Amino acid sequence: MSAKLGLPDETVRRARALAARVGAPVVELAKAHTTVAVERATLRLAGLAGADPDGTPWANLLLDAVRSGLGEDALPHGVALPVWDALVRGEADDLGVLAQKAAAGSVRFRLPAGVDAERARSAARQQVGHGLARVDARRAERDHLLATIGDAPRQPWIYLIVATGDIHEDIPQAQAAAREGADVIAVIRSTGQSLLDYVPEGATREGFAGTYATQENFRLMRAALDETSRELGRYVRLTNYASGLCMPEIAVLAGLERLDMMLNDSMYGILFRDINPVRTFVDQRFSRQVHARAGIVINTGEDNYLTTADAIEAAHTVTTSQLLNEYFAREAGLSDDLLGLGHAFEIDPAVPDSFRLELAHALLARELFPDAPLKWMPPTRHMTGDVFRGYLLDGFFNLAGALTGQGILLVGMMTEAVVTPFLSDRDLALQNVRYVLEAAGRLHEDFHPAPDGVIVQRAHRVLAESIDLMERICEHEHGLLDAIADGTFGLMRRPADGGRGLEGVAERAPGYHNPATELLEEEPA
Amino acid sequence: MTQLSDPPPGAAAPPSREGRLVRPYGDTTGDGMVQVSFTLPLPHDKVAEGAAEQLAHKMGMDPAMVVHAKPMGPDFTFFVVYGKVRHLVDTAAVEVVERDYPLLGSKEIDLAIRERLRRRLVVVGACIGTDAHTVGIDAILNIKGFAGEKGLEYHREIKVVNLGAQVAVPRLVEVALAERADAVLVSQVVTQRDAHLLNTREMSAAFREACAPERRPLLVVGGPRFDERMAGELGVDRIFARGTTPAEVASYLVHHVRSAA
Repeated sequence: MSAKLGLPDETVRRARALAARVGAPVVELAKAHTTVAVERATLRLAGLAGADPDGTPWANLLLDAVRSGLGEDALPHGVALPVWDALVRGEADDLGVLAQKAAAGSVRFRLPAGVDAERARSAARQQVGHGLARVDARRAERDHLLATIGDAPRQPWIYLIVATGDIHEDIPQAQAAAREGADVIAVIRSTGQSLLDYVPEGATREGFAGTYATQENFRLMRAALDETSRELGRYVRLTNYASGLCMPEIAVLAGLERLDMMLNDSMYGILFRDINPVRTFVDQRFSRQVHARAGIVINTGEDNYLTTADAIEAAHTVTTSQLLNEYFAREAGLSDDLLGLGHAFEIDPAVPDSFRLELAHALLARELFPDAPLKWMPPTRHMTGDVFRGYLLDGFFNLAGALTGQGILLVGMMTEAVVTPFLSDRDLALQNVRYVLEAAGRLHEDFHPAPDGVIVQRAHRVLAESIDLMERICEHEHGLLDAIADGTFGLMRRPADGGRGLEGVAERAPGYHNPATELLEEEPA
Repeated sequence: MTQLSDPPPGAAAPPSREGRLVRPYGDTTGDGMVQVSFTLPLPHDKVAEGAAEQLAHKMGMDPAMVVHAKPMGPDFTFFVVYGKVRHLVDTAAVEVVERDYPLLGSKEIDLAIRERLRRRLVVVGACIGTDAHTVGIDAILNIKGFAGEKGLEYHREIKVVNLGAQVAVPRLVEVALAERADAVLVSQVVTQRDAHLLNTREMSAAFREACAPERRPLLVVGGPRFDERMAGELGVDRIFARGTTPAEVASYLVHHVRSAA
């Protein structure tokens, strides 16, 4: 799409420079810490899978055994040195057996030094390297399937949700949704999974308003969609969530099972789940490095700001968050074509000119991030039990998406906030999308908002407000962390020393070793 | 009193209280016209359309017009049906549990707290016992909220301490006292062997033991299987059932919390 807003290059550069100034100290913070989830993700990359008979994953049990053996020293040095030292010493033949023995209390861990440390490091690096090679192979497999089966016929990709709670119900629903036209299937997670400090194991049939994200559920759904992709002659993408306390581990599982997109926001967990800010930023950086390696498109969560704050007053916080998400994502190695930056159609339809304002905000995102596949989220806040009015609103949402060249269109349901969508609701919603895309899919070619009109003016103003906000964040002594603590975003105050999962964060000791972060920082071969 | 032509014999005695006998209104008084849509798990053909009409008849629509039938994949058909129902409804026979407090908007809630308490209202929430389902308590407390409404955390004038899942009753009491909670919100989803009732009784007894009546926080429980009329029996101040929104809870709290001493 050609530029329509006339945003001055200098202003856009200034916005990006400010985002970098705000983000850089957070990256330094992330590099100086580790978390239990990063360490468990490393074990999973090295091939540790499965759980004990009570369902506690071996990754958790092994890390806990190391921590109870080494006490305060364990986390700051990373789990790799003591674990591979134990393997090199012959405490067990492989990681799985080591975890079982360690959980039973029959392994003595130590922090190796000198030659022993060298041996442990090299063994760890080799085994984690095999895991990354598996992730690489899955990425190559996706490329191959896209080339041989074919890709989605057009953008925006049509994104549909399934959420039965039972993976064996989800599968036929997802396959049906793909046949009806979905290019992307998202499996909603069970409510509350984001606050579990472990990843559940196996195929699951009981979830609350969603299905647990587990490695086996990922595998089953991907296999089913591969089958449907071949049947339809287009590759159907699969989405899940790398958010909450297990972000890094779920990112690893997604890479191992060839998921294609993951919800992954830099601040969502802090603001909306009260997860500790340091924990979130450390986990987020690692998970994004894994996504970058796996070629997974991230979807950021800016739509959430608009569900809590007014969509007009808070428009600049969306822009600010997009700029920060972009900075953090690029720093973690994600290329622009993997940045599904989010935004949403949430302005109160009772506001005069609401549609013009929506177009202004959507175009601003489009032109600030020209190469990102933007994720366009449907109205939720102003959807009511009046499903007929909701259907009309969704039509306008689709039209705004078509006019502003959005990359990923989450299909709005008229029963949003009423009931779990019926089969017919989904069918009607897809008819709505198809009608708008066929009737007005190329209307953007004729759409040139007046240079001094409401749309252009509004977009310039939102960008200016975003720049102001980032300048104010820079004025805080501790920058972004202080701004998060004092309620700058979404009105929630989240101090850096509060929130869930803080006990699983440690500052890295000088001897910290993690083969996964080491390999991920290096250029892939 | 609405005049209805041709009431079916024996359908309705004259209303005894203040009430009205009515039928649905399409475009003429008493025409009884309604519209429904539904899906049948049948491939689209004449049999399916006949089945849709049969369903409409069984639902009391007569005549019923199947105005739209659309296949959705090979196995399902979507229908829109218009038709006439002969049922009368008597407003005098409608039973409702009236809310005994006004439902306030978001800004009114904060304003009312400022006026009544002159400090922030403190709410401590938890899922007690072995219940790990925080979906209810999170829907009410977390800023993300429920049904398009933000949770209590959203309010500047409400301090929320959400203890999360599987909280032991003694710890809940301890935190509530330490925080000087105005209200304690407990969510119970699991109902196996009446766990929700047992846990609630244990919780209310613990608070009765731990604090003098005038210092006891408001005790509020919620969950999909509670009967709203059982509050007294369970020793709590209020029970909220399925579908309760954060604004209802906030409005209740604002109305019932003791005002500043």
